Amino acid sequence: MNWRSLALKSFLLPGVVLLIVLIIMAALPSFGSKYSIIFLSTIFMYIVLTTGWVMFSGPTRQISLATAVFFGIGIYVAAILGMHLPLVVMVLVSGLISSVMALMVGGLTLRLKGVYFTIFTFGLLELIKNLINWYEVTFTGTRGRFVVVVNNNTIYLYMLAITGLTLLTAFLIRRSKYGLALQSIGEQEEAAAHIGINVTVMKVSIFAISAFFMGAAGAVMATRWTYIDPFMAFNMNYSFTPVLMAIFGGVGQLGGVVIGAIIFAYLEQILITQYPYYYMLLFGLVMVISMLFLPNGLAGMVQKWRARTVGGGNVHS
Amino acid sequence: MLVTILDVGIAGLLMGGLYALIAMGLSLQYGVARVLNIGHGEFIMLGALATWTLHTVYGINPLLSLAVCAPAGFILGYILHRTLYKRLMATSASPGIFEGNSMLASFGLLFIIQNLAYLIWGTRYKAYSYLAVPVNLGGALFPANSLVTLGFALLIGVVFYIFLVRTRIGKAIRAAAQDASTAGLMGVNINRVLALCFGLGVAMAACAGMLISMNYSVFPSMGMEYTVIAIIVVVLGGLGSIPGSFIGGILLGVIGSIVTYFDAGLALVAYYVIFILLLLLKPTGLMGK
Repeated sequence: MNWRSLALKSFLLPGVVLLIVLIIMAALPSFGSKYSIIFLSTIFMYIVLTTGWVMFSGPTRQISLATAVFFGIGIYVAAILGMHLPLVVMVLVSGLISSVMALMVGGLTLRLKGVYFTIFTFGLLELIKNLINWYEVTFTGTRGRFVVVVNNNTIYLYMLAITGLTLLTAFLIRRSKYGLALQSIGEQEEAAAHIGINVTVMKVSIFAISAFFMGAAGAVMATRWTYIDPFMAFNMNYSFTPVLMAIFGGVGQLGGVVIGAIIFAYLEQILITQYPYYYMLLFGLVMVISMLFLPNGLAGMVQKWRARTVGGGNVHS
Repeated sequence: MLVTILDVGIAGLLMGGLYALIAMGLSLQYGVARVLNIGHGEFIMLGALATWTLHTVYGINPLLSLAVCAPAGFILGYILHRTLYKRLMATSASPGIFEGNSMLASFGLLFIIQNLAYLIWGTRYKAYSYLAVPVNLGGALFPANSLVTLGFALLIGVVFYIFLVRTRIGKAIRAAAQDASTAGLMGVNINRVLALCFGLGVAMAACAGMLISMNYSVFPSMGMEYTVIAIIVVVLGGLGSIPGSFIGGILLGVIGSIVTYFDAGLALVAYYVIFILLLLLKPTGLMGK
């Protein structure tokens, strides 16, 4: 088998399948139920947040809890600018503002090692939440804000587009030299610096790229909630949930990440209204069990299982 | 003016004693056992709700419930470390990876404990009145229960410090804090010492929970606030330094009290600003190496 047919097999076929799926998804509003449109929008939101998280934290191995910060910034931009700008512009502006925030935060803090960075991102979320709350209560007199209303089909199509772009970006980055550089930073930062990789620029740039998609998703989802306040927008769960979804699905593979997001988004949908505590309990249990027994998530498990059945006795594990 | 300063200062000390106790527990878990236990506040909550139940349902004196809560917390923590964290330690390739993994596992614990508490105790805020009589201190009035809280926090801090400095196990803990693998080579049973530290951390959280329940209303989602404060104090005092945590706790309490005097809404914001500046400018903290 020569290289070209290999490339054809590994890129073209999945590409065509994905394109067909995408077309069906895009046509869904004309035949799907209202419920499925809303539900899928939520799933898209989680896919974007989880993929965004994996884009940065996957290769660099620095656990970020800033997802909710960038998502929340998107929500607030939508609340403040939503009445004055067309939707497309608003979504782009939200993404850009989140990116700029990520540039600033990343530039300041990505030199922090290991858990210090995690603690920082965690503190940042609380700082912004409390600061906005204090500002709103002291200066505007009301805690929340209303967001411009957009119909469900538009929200769905926007989320679909953002999801597609996020996945495409993540896929392309993984295949690129840039992605390899990031990977090598995660493996051994000092060694990466020694072979001429500008570690800070690499980390900060991927942090900003991932924040763009989170912010954009926040802006679109805000229009669905119509009313927001600091505690809704900067909810810590938007930082935790993507981490769990990614770890459960498997950080190493995009497919695993998406599956993890879909499974938990679905579980949340069916459980959260009737059994919220059981859902969160399950959430915690899966987190602990994944940490203990699924080091590479579902995707890793499938891969291992496949290697064992296909490779016969060759693979020891 | 003088009375105001005294007022703010003593209120800060009262808060600070509690913060110091909470932070010492986390400092043991992170500084020695290398587990950044994001679920620390949940053990505080368990202690608080258990005390509330013992007091209101069985009529047991809150201070006496310590005899139940602290050992129970210790055993829970010890078992958790022997099962969950020990396994993670064995499967993690490097100490850095273990820190990340153990933190994520403690996120899981946070959700498990918090939601079990919701299922057991429900969402309502709970409070009881114990020793809520005013005491006159240099012209300012303070409730007796917060003075008892401060006294207890100081007592536990001092006893624990003596334990660390004077006993053989204390020495082993200090050795493990400096370099766990070398301590292991010197004949310290490292798994037992780390589990002991984790257990002691949970026991301190349970004590803190008991003291908090005497002063404030308690509910299943109360833990996160205290976790955050504990993390800030531990970073402020220097990771792994028990005296640092103690001083850091008192300091943060006083700062909080001063900010609250000017604008109560800004106290938490002030904590985060201090925290973020500290991480950026002096991440080793006050007493860190």
